[in-house]
Amino acid sequence: MLMNLFKFKGGVKPPTNKTQSLGLPIAQAPLPTRLVVPLHQSIGGLPRPVVQAGDKVLKGQLIGQADGWISAAVHAPTSGTVLEVALHVQPHPSGLDALCVVIEPDGKDEWIERTRLDYQAMTPEQVREHLQQSGVVGLGGAVFPTHGKLTASKTVPMEEMVINGAECEPFITCDDLLMRERAEEVVRGIGIFRDLLQPKKVLIGIEDNKPEAAAAMRAAVSALNENFVVVPVPTLYPAGGAKQLIRVLTGKEVPASKRSTDLGVQCFNVATAYTAWRAIAHGEPVVSRLVTVSGNVHTPRNYEVLIGTPMDELLKLATPHPDTDGIVMGGPMMGFLVPNSHVPVVKATNCLIAHSPRIFPPAPPEMPCIRCGSCAQACPHELQPFEMYWFSRAKNFGKTQEYHIFDCIECGCCSFVCPSRIPLVQYFRFAKSEIWAREREKNAADGAKERFEFKQLRDEREKTEKAEKLAKAAAAQTAKKAAEATAAAAAAEATPTETASAPVVVEATPTVPVDAEKDAKKAAILAAMERAKAQREAAQIKNTENLNAQQQRDIAEIEARREVIQPAAPAPVDENKA
Amino acid sequence: MSFTTSPYLLKDTSVSQVMIQVCIALIPGIAAYVWLIGPAILAQLVIATTAALLAEAAMLRIQRKPLAIFLSDGSAIVTAWLIALTFPPLAPWWLVFTGTVFAIVIAKHLYGGLGQNPFNPAMVAFAVCIVSFPALMSQWPSVGLQMPLVEQINIILGLAPRVDALSGATPLDALKTALKLGDGSVDVAHLLANQDIFGNFAGRGWEWVAGGYLLGGLYLWQRKLITWHVPVAFLGSMTLIAGALWLYSPTQFANPLFHLLSGGAMIGAFFIATDPVSGCTTARGKLIFGAGAGLLAYIIRVFGGYPDGVAFAVLLMNLCVPVIDLLTQPPIFGMKDKA
Repeated sequence: MLMNLFKFKGGVKPPTNKTQSLGLPIAQAPLPTRLVVPLHQSIGGLPRPVVQAGDKVLKGQLIGQADGWISAAVHAPTSGTVLEVALHVQPHPSGLDALCVVIEPDGKDEWIERTRLDYQAMTPEQVREHLQQSGVVGLGGAVFPTHGKLTASKTVPMEEMVINGAECEPFITCDDLLMRERAEEVVRGIGIFRDLLQPKKVLIGIEDNKPEAAAAMRAAVSALNENFVVVPVPTLYPAGGAKQLIRVLTGKEVPASKRSTDLGVQCFNVATAYTAWRAIAHGEPVVSRLVTVSGNVHTPRNYEVLIGTPMDELLKLATPHPDTDGIVMGGPMMGFLVPNSHVPVVKATNCLIAHSPRIFPPAPPEMPCIRCGSCAQACPHELQPFEMYWFSRAKNFGKTQEYHIFDCIECGCCSFVCPSRIPLVQYFRFAKSEIWAREREKNAADGAKERFEFKQLRDEREKTEKAEKLAKAAAAQTAKKAAEATAAAAAAEATPTETASAPVVVEATPTVPVDAEKDAKKAAILAAMERAKAQREAAQIKNTENLNAQQQRDIAEIEARREVIQPAAPAPVDENKA
Repeated sequence: MSFTTSPYLLKDTSVSQVMIQVCIALIPGIAAYVWLIGPAILAQLVIATTAALLAEAAMLRIQRKPLAIFLSDGSAIVTAWLIALTFPPLAPWWLVFTGTVFAIVIAKHLYGGLGQNPFNPAMVAFAVCIVSFPALMSQWPSVGLQMPLVEQINIILGLAPRVDALSGATPLDALKTALKLGDGSVDVAHLLANQDIFGNFAGRGWEWVAGGYLLGGLYLWQRKLITWHVPVAFLGSMTLIAGALWLYSPTQFANPLFHLLSGGAMIGAFFIATDPVSGCTTARGKLIFGAGAGLLAYIIRVFGGYPDGVAFAVLLMNLCVPVIDLLTQPPIFGMKDKA
């Protein structure tokens, strides 16, 4: 079928390095000695662990309960015993720890009871919930919970559904082999998505360097009597980026600020469709995925790998060469060196590349930018990377945002073409994380300021109330004293007449009570100060007793911050005036 | 920043490779220059290159920057070659030397070195020298240099007297005369057809040197080291204004082709105005930059006091680059409707 394809601007053509891992069919990776299954394997809420150390689990048994709508469940990849639920290093550039369920396989690989569902008999809500419970997430790398993408916009009709089989990153071939070997199930999975979203067209985009995969998919589409269109797209990195593929197939450009459904289009990866089908039709949650093992290894190949398999155990299967000095997870354009070789394979792991200086020579020294504009020509989002670079370097983050740094998808095209060998993407990642950190700090500071201002208001109110109280008390005292004085005078004179008493009082007040009034005031002030002091002490004792060192440090910090903030904070007097 | 983050694959490219390509692209022009004007230009290229590398090394040493990396980036050599090619071929050696040192030290390194200079260093050198030594900078050999190489080099080195033959009226000068008289007593078309200094289209010999630059420029474009915007806008705007005035008064003004193939128009359009460091970076910005430079070059060379206007035109446009870039930011992916 002839189709009018669109182009996206920019893009690069790195050597694809795909043939190495295409020689052999998909193999099942053997059971590892231990599985470390991170609970947080999707965008969104951190699933709550529902097992504890010592529990026996079956393959496919729920071990992490989805937390909130944008979150996906996590399951035991094989049967065995839970050794611990503890923090372990994640396959993430940060090298941070996160909660993992560690399972010792019993070797039986025994499934839970699997129920085959007929999704056509289910309501859309039930299908979405089942997908969430089965841990189906975007396997293209973003691991966004798939059920969250299966609701069409209420206002915009769903025009096209784009299925991403482009696989544009060099080295990676797992989607290619999936389509070659399991096209039918992929197409059935796409059928589920189609029925939920009801798009007018379903377009399956496959880069034209994978004719076998495209042929297999075409055959499966016609065998299943579907009307999906398999479209070969020009091989140009990053044609497999969701936004780029949508552009190529539909001509629509989804900006960073919008959801693709707002433009009547949605995009799924082929592997996601496959797992969705397995989850519904076979009752199998996502406990494994296809992983390409390539790079500096003797036999590059694709493996079906249990989630949680330590990467070094997987890499061993392909026999890495002795000069291997690291593992890159993902492709060479957007992947990252994992913090250590024991980190587990997760749902986002589409490829492991054995790193060596031979296949990835260290970049030559960074030179100054010569503004040649190659980066801008290569940028698929039509940004001006060199401008963002200047501002990132100068830590002028506001400017980087003016140049749309958050539209950057970190595809690496700019770094790839830069003749000055500037690691541009690294600067942008740095700038983004700084902006996020500052945002958080600002929010925290705003909260602190609000609390501080509220406290000042409250202090002020208490002060005025106290003053009023004191004034009342003083007045009462004066009146009492005056009354006493009057009584005394009356008694002394002993000539009380109904009419004379009043003038006496008037006379007496200016003379006698002057000292008395002063004394009363003094006493009242002293008493008030005493009370305030007592109150203060009481309050302090209440707050600061039983503090640990950390809390004390925090308090010291807060006090220090208050010192700084105080002069800057608006004076409450002004507020009263206003 | 280290190499430990993606992308791990990098294209085989470098600043040196870019600069080497630019030098390669200059070769057709240089070949025509040697063939038609005289081999003295080769001596000038050597003098300028030596001066540039010495000045570059000294500046790097003072700033404690790595010598090997920055000397081999080739940027100083490109500057040197552009200076040699835009100066008169028999200019005394010290003029070329001083101009080149000025370009590298003042115009490049005092502004921060590679990638930081707001003005094109070669054009700064040209402007400074033509203002300081107008006579020497205007001595263009009228016809092909019919003298042996040794004699040419002697003139450059100051070992032989600077003969009168060096300073004939250049093609552009002849035009200026016509414009100044403006009474019909000088007919440009007639002049071009009959004077020996003129060839088929422009100055004899020089027109083919310009052709060489055009060829090299197309090579740069084909290798994607430059985009079409600046050369097309530069030559386009020059053609437009030259064409308009020529149609208005063919006796006073030369035809557009004459202007495109005269003086620094061709090397300016493809090699000087396309300098990425001091030029615009956006597509629309490049069009404005190129068009402005072409227009100013024409105005200065025809109505101004200097033999050619490309250097001043480019420098004036360099001044406008930050504003032009700021105002011509292209809409990004997905935001085109709003823009």
